[in-house]
Amino acid sequence: MEYLGYLFAAYSVVWAVIFGYVLYMQRKQKRLQRQIEMLQKSVASQISHDK
Amino acid sequence: MNGRRNLIKNMLLGLGLALMIAALYMVFMYVPTEKSMGIVQRIFYFHVSLAWVSFLAFLVTFVFSICYLRKRLLKWDYIAHASAEVGVVFTTLVLITGPIWAKTAWGIWWTWDARLTTSLVLWLTYIAYLLVRGYATEPARGARFGAVVGIVGFIDVPIVFLTVNVWRTQHPTTIIFTDGITAPMLMTLVVCIAAFTVLYVLLTAQGAGLKSLETSIKRLKIRRTG
Repeated sequence: MEYLGYLFAAYSVVWAVIFGYVLYMQRKQKRLQRQIEMLQKSVASQISHDK
Repeated sequence: MNGRRNLIKNMLLGLGLALMIAALYMVFMYVPTEKSMGIVQRIFYFHVSLAWVSFLAFLVTFVFSICYLRKRLLKWDYIAHASAEVGVVFTTLVLITGPIWAKTAWGIWWTWDARLTTSLVLWLTYIAYLLVRGYATEPARGARFGAVVGIVGFIDVPIVFLTVNVWRTQHPTTIIFTDGITAPMLMTLVVCIAAFTVLYVLLTAQGAGLKSLETSIKRLKIRRTG
């Protein structure tokens, strides 16, 4: 039980980094979704303008 | 097509979750404590799994980089890029968990022995891969340069693997293929490797999808402004 802290640290780091990476991907996905919505709005307004 | 893809993704998510729970249970509850190193030896199961899966990630980058250079199909590049990114994340974890284990086993955090040094070189190579792609002025050029780094950089993977058997290093040899590992330890390791492999597949698929989406949005923006 002497090195329990080291074991805890190793597993905590693994999960923290993996969660951090998943979070980074999720944020990227949200940013891309916002861009798609903006493009859709822009296309829709151009179509209505052309009519 | 999308329905089928979502079904596969959900099945993989379920499988990954089940495997990860099983892996954690086996690491902390099932596997017996190793006699000489004690409880800290349990780092081994995640450390080795992460190393194996990062090798797999760089192998995928290597294969898909060749495919991209041959056919110039962007979908191959997305997979190569996403796989390298996940490989870097996993190698970073190998380089963090390794020294934590080394501190208790050897009394030092780091030593410049062959296995550790070549692993650091591997990490730096794929950091360079990501930087080359990030700083390229044109995406096509970035993909081309990245593919070259992805192919050349893979040379280090077999070197990292063989170091412990070719040179005398402080790092343990690949005992899995000889002896020194009991059946419960081997079973735990196999479950951990399976869990991280599923996680790798999920992250790479998601990353490749995002890269494809990013390129489509860029193209649309250029078309609209141009």
